[in-house]
Amino acid sequence: MSKPAATLPPVSRRNFLAGSLGTSLVMGFGALVPAGCAREEIVKEVANRTFSPNIWFEMGADGATQINIIRAEMGQHVGTALARIVADELGVAWDKVSVKHVDSDPKWGFMVTGGSWSVFQSFTPMSQAGAAGRRILIDAGAALMSVDPADCVAANSVVTAGDQSISYEEIIAEGNIDRVLSEEEVAALPLLPAEQRQFIGKPVKALDIPDKSKGSAVYGLDVELPGMVYARPVIPPTRYGSSVKNVDDTAAKAIKGYQQYVLIEDPGQIVQGWVAVIADSFWSAKQAADAIDVEWEAGPTASVSEADILAKGVELANDKQSGGWLIDDGDVEAARSDAAQTLSASYTTASALHFTLEPQNAVAEFKDGHWHIYGGNQWQSLILPYIAKSLEVAETDITLHQQYLGGGFGRRLFGDQMIPTALVAKALGKPVKMVFTREDDSRFDCIRSPSVQQMDASFDADGQLTGIEHAAAAGWPTKGMAPAFLFDGVNGGKIDSFSISGADHWYTLPAHRVRAINNTLAQDTFLPGWLRAVGPGWTGFAVESFMDEVAAVTGEDPVEFRLARLDAAGKNAGKAPEAVGGATRLARVLQDAAKRADWGRELPDGRGQGVAVCAGQERTMPTWVACVADVSVDRDSGDVTVNRLTYSIDCGTAVDPGGALAQAEGAALWGVSLALHEGTEIENGEVKAKNLDAYTPLRMPDVPELDIEFVDAGEFPTGLGEPPLIVAAPAIANAIYAAVGARVRDLPIRPEAVKAAMS
Amino acid sequence: MIEFTLNGKAVSSSAEPNTPLLWVIRDELGLKGTKFGCGIAQCGACTIHIAGGATRSCQVPVSAAAGQEISTIEGFDGEHPLQKAWVEAQVPQCGYCQSGQIMQAAALLEGNPNPSDDEIRQGMAGNLCRCMAYKRIHAAIRKVADEGGAA
Repeated sequence: MSKPAATLPPVSRRNFLAGSLGTSLVMGFGALVPAGCAREEIVKEVANRTFSPNIWFEMGADGATQINIIRAEMGQHVGTALARIVADELGVAWDKVSVKHVDSDPKWGFMVTGGSWSVFQSFTPMSQAGAAGRRILIDAGAALMSVDPADCVAANSVVTAGDQSISYEEIIAEGNIDRVLSEEEVAALPLLPAEQRQFIGKPVKALDIPDKSKGSAVYGLDVELPGMVYARPVIPPTRYGSSVKNVDDTAAKAIKGYQQYVLIEDPGQIVQGWVAVIADSFWSAKQAADAIDVEWEAGPTASVSEADILAKGVELANDKQSGGWLIDDGDVEAARSDAAQTLSASYTTASALHFTLEPQNAVAEFKDGHWHIYGGNQWQSLILPYIAKSLEVAETDITLHQQYLGGGFGRRLFGDQMIPTALVAKALGKPVKMVFTREDDSRFDCIRSPSVQQMDASFDADGQLTGIEHAAAAGWPTKGMAPAFLFDGVNGGKIDSFSISGADHWYTLPAHRVRAINNTLAQDTFLPGWLRAVGPGWTGFAVESFMDEVAAVTGEDPVEFRLARLDAAGKNAGKAPEAVGGATRLARVLQDAAKRADWGRELPDGRGQGVAVCAGQERTMPTWVACVADVSVDRDSGDVTVNRLTYSIDCGTAVDPGGALAQAEGAALWGVSLALHEGTEIENGEVKAKNLDAYTPLRMPDVPELDIEFVDAGEFPTGLGEPPLIVAAPAIANAIYAAVGARVRDLPIRPEAVKAAMS
Repeated sequence: MIEFTLNGKAVSSSAEPNTPLLWVIRDELGLKGTKFGCGIAQCGACTIHIAGGATRSCQVPVSAAAGQEISTIEGFDGEHPLQKAWVEAQVPQCGYCQSGQIMQAAALLEGNPNPSDDEIRQGMAGNLCRCMAYKRIHAAIRKVADEGGAA
């Protein structure tokens, strides 16, 4: 089955080249230069920096080493983690290392930051790049010292042979390096054994943190260009199909600094029926946009509500002919027809906003025949073709200039705010900075779709579980933004893996069918988005809540019930390198979390423990996570207090342990927030909560005690930015059941629902 | 022309009097460390000090700044004990809220040099961290308070 990580274009392991350039040494993978070619060819390639694809680094005369990073910095300190991988193999001193987040030049190859993929996908090629650089520096240093390279070691930017040594600076200063290592030579280079690594797995101070503590880090909203004007969008009542009937800017003309409005015509149809207000300053544009009177012919979804979408989801989930099958193991139909007992449950999750604290914005300029667009973006390779279509130019005529992201969480995987910005700049013939107010940002968000999940279990006459059917209906981000990434289910129907992943869990079941269904009303009403933890962020809620419900039927303890089914049989055995050990590793973290949380201990009335596990974002990149939640429930109000979350996490190897813990803490609290604090609804075709007066993410007083530990498996590193989110909601819901007997099946969990479910 | 003191320097603004101080500081006076988040004084990203008190600059018209002593994150020059603690504890993730968090924490410690853990939680409740780096924000404030170092 094709899965997202596997379907992304691989980083080619091409020839590796190194060449002196003035007082610098430039190294990286290059497609065009064959091994053994002339020095001039190498120098030309190096001088043009046309290395392809996407890895190179440059060492200055002082040994300062700049490592180029294609991934977006949005809080995960990805540049630091990736630079540690290169630096370890390169043998460079850490205080010589800096990182650069590069623009969207095609030479960098495919650019995406999401799916918790960055370290997972980069580990092998960046290790090899570093090792190739070390090989070349050792060979050059050995020649200068007249010793055998085999007698040399490199560390801390120094090549040493016995009692002789030469620094990288001295080697670079000779200025005569011109080497090409073939793909085969690179692949054959030995990588450092884990115990010889200086950086990977060791504490480090992230390179981006000092600027972020001084207020000097530059985000998209901080970009200014000479001669630019400010724009604020006036967003129509529906995402699709609205058209402007009339604009009256009489009142706007009274606002000082107001210049004009622009009717945005988008050949790409990403924005439909938009108006932009132009002014000397953002505040003038903000006020003028409030004052301007735009009359629309609204699109067909102007009266759609959350209840309508959920009702459509229920209808689709109950239609067994609908959707594509992700899994069809065993014979669920026989299990159902032979069942002595059945159990059914329906779960929902509400619309949720990204609410990146930096509202959407972009700056666009057409200069010397080329488009320059500034902003923070997670998936340059996705949005470039859309921008090109809207501007009616070639992709090569556009460069995206990456800035720090004031929050990503999946919102900035789609850089659609760049399109109205660029179209206004095109219409005006001058640079434009478009800033969305918070309310504009929420209305234009690609929200996490509301979802409906139907779970049906069959049991035999002995009360043994014989099969589970799982149907999940939601709006599909991939269908809306990247349809080429849809894949065929086992019954031939199309599937968005990002809206069903997580349902393909690691439990061994006698029969199991999973149907992924596109909620067409959701799809027509808004643009569904990828929100942190994406599909597993809500499928995991149904899977792990239902496991507890099934365990209650079979009379088993929730931990024992899970361990018995995490037997690593058949397809759950896992495979090397990324999933070696399979379900046994999930069992191990479950046992660890249960032990540390003192699972099963006596608790006072109204307090309970709940457990949940997950294997991260994808079966092809499992991060093994277990969580035990300890909650208290007020029987009078239904209020839930999370006392403590005990996590055990196995991500193979944590490249940056402090950064890994920060990601785990943030993801765990996101999970709590989506479980108890965050959620809105579609009302009249758009999100109801647009700002913090109505949308209420978790704040500091709500933070539970977090006990997070990593099981160091020493295995291939997998992703971490999202998986800890997945287990929080089901662990909390299961703990509420343990505390007061209330089974809550809707996210977010509201006190009224808890109270109603108490019996 | 509205005149006030910004990080110890005399400055003036020609903006309309109802313009929020946030936009004057960012776009007219060019100090970008103070951030725009919600525009309704509920996220704390735009927190500055007016006469030493933590204030949401998105809700203060520039006219109200006349004659006032105002400071922003840039006034802390990177050497403030909270900024050092922020680096030491590796607090920021995306970093966007952190100027406001630091300004809020500085005012908190100014008014209460030895806050309890719960006083820190309540004192910082108005500052949203969307990355939810709350645990480290709390720990860094705790450390500065324990070392008596906010002064």
